Amino acid sequence: MKSKFFLSEFFKNNGAVMGSLLIGLVGFWLIFLIILPQLSMLDYSFRFNLPPAEQGGPKDVYTLSNYEHLIYGSDITHQTYNSVDLMVFVRTIIAAMLVTIFNIFLCYPLAYFLGQSKGSGFVRLLVVLLIIPYWINEILRAFALRIIFGDSGLLNETLMFLHLTEAPIDFIRKDIALYAGLGYAYILLMLFPMYNVIESLDRNQIEAARDMGASWMRIHRRIVIPHAKPGIVSGATMVFMLSAGALAAPQILGGPSSLWFTQLVYQWFNDSLNWQQGAAYAIVLLVSTIVIVLTVMRFFKVNMGDIGK
Amino acid sequence: MSSGVAVDLEDIWIRFGDFVAVKEANVAIKGGDFFSFLGPSGCGKTTILRAVSGFLDPSQGQIRIGGKDMSGIGPNKRPTALIFQNLALFPLMKVWENISFSMEVTGASAKQRRKRADELLDMIALDGQGDKLPSELSGGQKQRVAIARALCANPDVLLLDEPLSALDLKLRQHMRTELREIQQRVGITFIYITHDQGEALTMSDNVAVMKAGVIDQIDTGHNIYDHPATPFVASFVGENNVFRGRVKEIKGNEALISTNRSGDLLSSISPSQVGKLAVGDDAMMFIRPEALQLGPAKKSSKTTISANVINEEFEGNSFSVFLEGDGGKSVKMSVPNGGQDKISDRGEVLSLHYNANNAVAMPAGELASE
Repeated sequence: MKSKFFLSEFFKNNGAVMGSLLIGLVGFWLIFLIILPQLSMLDYSFRFNLPPAEQGGPKDVYTLSNYEHLIYGSDITHQTYNSVDLMVFVRTIIAAMLVTIFNIFLCYPLAYFLGQSKGSGFVRLLVVLLIIPYWINEILRAFALRIIFGDSGLLNETLMFLHLTEAPIDFIRKDIALYAGLGYAYILLMLFPMYNVIESLDRNQIEAARDMGASWMRIHRRIVIPHAKPGIVSGATMVFMLSAGALAAPQILGGPSSLWFTQLVYQWFNDSLNWQQGAAYAIVLLVSTIVIVLTVMRFFKVNMGDIGK
Repeated sequence: MSSGVAVDLEDIWIRFGDFVAVKEANVAIKGGDFFSFLGPSGCGKTTILRAVSGFLDPSQGQIRIGGKDMSGIGPNKRPTALIFQNLALFPLMKVWENISFSMEVTGASAKQRRKRADELLDMIALDGQGDKLPSELSGGQKQRVAIARALCANPDVLLLDEPLSALDLKLRQHMRTELREIQQRVGITFIYITHDQGEALTMSDNVAVMKAGVIDQIDTGHNIYDHPATPFVASFVGENNVFRGRVKEIKGNEALISTNRSGDLLSSISPSQVGKLAVGDDAMMFIRPEALQLGPAKKSSKTTISANVINEEFEGNSFSVFLEGDGGKSVKMSVPNGGQDKISDRGEVLSLHYNANNAVAMPAGELASE
């Protein structure tokens, strides 16, 4: 449908009252829940953290000091870099990428299995079993993982029972629990887009390729993966964005020495009560992740429109 | 090119749980034959094709291609190429990549693949279209690309699973001729699956007619049309008028049938049923609409049917006259259009006669459902 006809068509199909109501709600959502909060954060990030009395006064001017703080650790001297915060930032981005890649490899076989054995009762049961754990609160799930990965947790007890290890492994300090928690937290957002596209793949194409002598590797490389690409990228985008912006899992499962960038943001907002500084950190994270996602999409030749399908 | 490789099915049974999809199939397909499996949907013909291509294993029996037992050999290792009902072209690959996919598998260079694809594109009269995507082609062009893709690997046997069913009538008729031409040019064995008797009769050297997992008759299209072996074949292939009755007399390969409605009628016995039909048996007799002629009996009343006209339809090249028949079914007579306004009036009693050679009698059995 041509976009300029969309509105008139939309009103014709839904009636004037319902049409206006629907468009009004979408507009409300867009403006009040997405655009305005982000703009106010952007505004915050360029202001000084002033006592309430001075806000709006002559000292309340725009500044880059919050961004300078992230890079140099000080807005006065530019002699040293803020290596602690920058390292946390880089580590967060790389770890989120690794979690995303890990999830792609974990979900692809599962999505392929689910998508190609369509309709069977067993598969539907499997999907329900995958969803049920997500009825539980994210924080409770993180604590459950913390218990499983603990010194006397299920995993260590099992490993020691099997004599695979003599002393308990410190999964928390080694950040294994953190990565497992992050991977698990958003895995369904990877699985379902992949499952949807693979389910729409015509089985005959796989059989045709097989009939022409293709090995399983080649069938996946040439037929299944190209078809599933929009789903994979869509899932990867969500997992990457949400992992980089996760708070509960790093808070609960992170080792004592490892900070997640969102924890810094949280500290600025909550502990230091410096919303301006926190907003700057959050904006940097947001812009960086968007740039990374767009770059990856361009590299894999996927359009925004393909993802929305 | 190759002179064609024979395909033999020996005592093939295919079961899915309790369901028997194919029952005791014995088929010997000669090398270079255009062989069709014809039957209504669900008769097991696609199952047979999947067994030949290697996508499923028969529960029992042996499939041989060129004399070689195929059991345990996967679809990617068999000398067969399958054309799917929906063609299954790869939508994200260009036409030439689609065509040469089987060469990509064997590690041929892009240059070699492109060359071979261009040759095949020439053959299917689509030269210069190699860089398009399949979605940019018309239905008939896609059809031809699917054929080229299957031929690219130089298969010994080409398997076609109702590949024309998605095309419109005109194109379908055109593709029939084209498929037949391609088969004669490459000379390899074609095994064709269809529910369309017109396709089977026009293209095939030999046809196997299937019903509910059982092969009723294997013969040339001509023999299947003129000398059907079972009531199912007689009623499924082409149009036919059925007369039920009891055998009154048998003389050589002719039988006198005392029909329920039209008195005693003389008929030849289906060649495969000679000796199996005895006096007193329930029998069925079939006469094609075009074998019935207007006018009084020339020799005897034993080849004459009299009945009331129910109605008449003008078909363009012919008139179809429907007369009161046996068991609520009408008898159809086809009269070529010779410029007359009409053949009959409603309610008029017509006398139709036929040649006993054109009538086929056989033991009573199940008819094809309409």
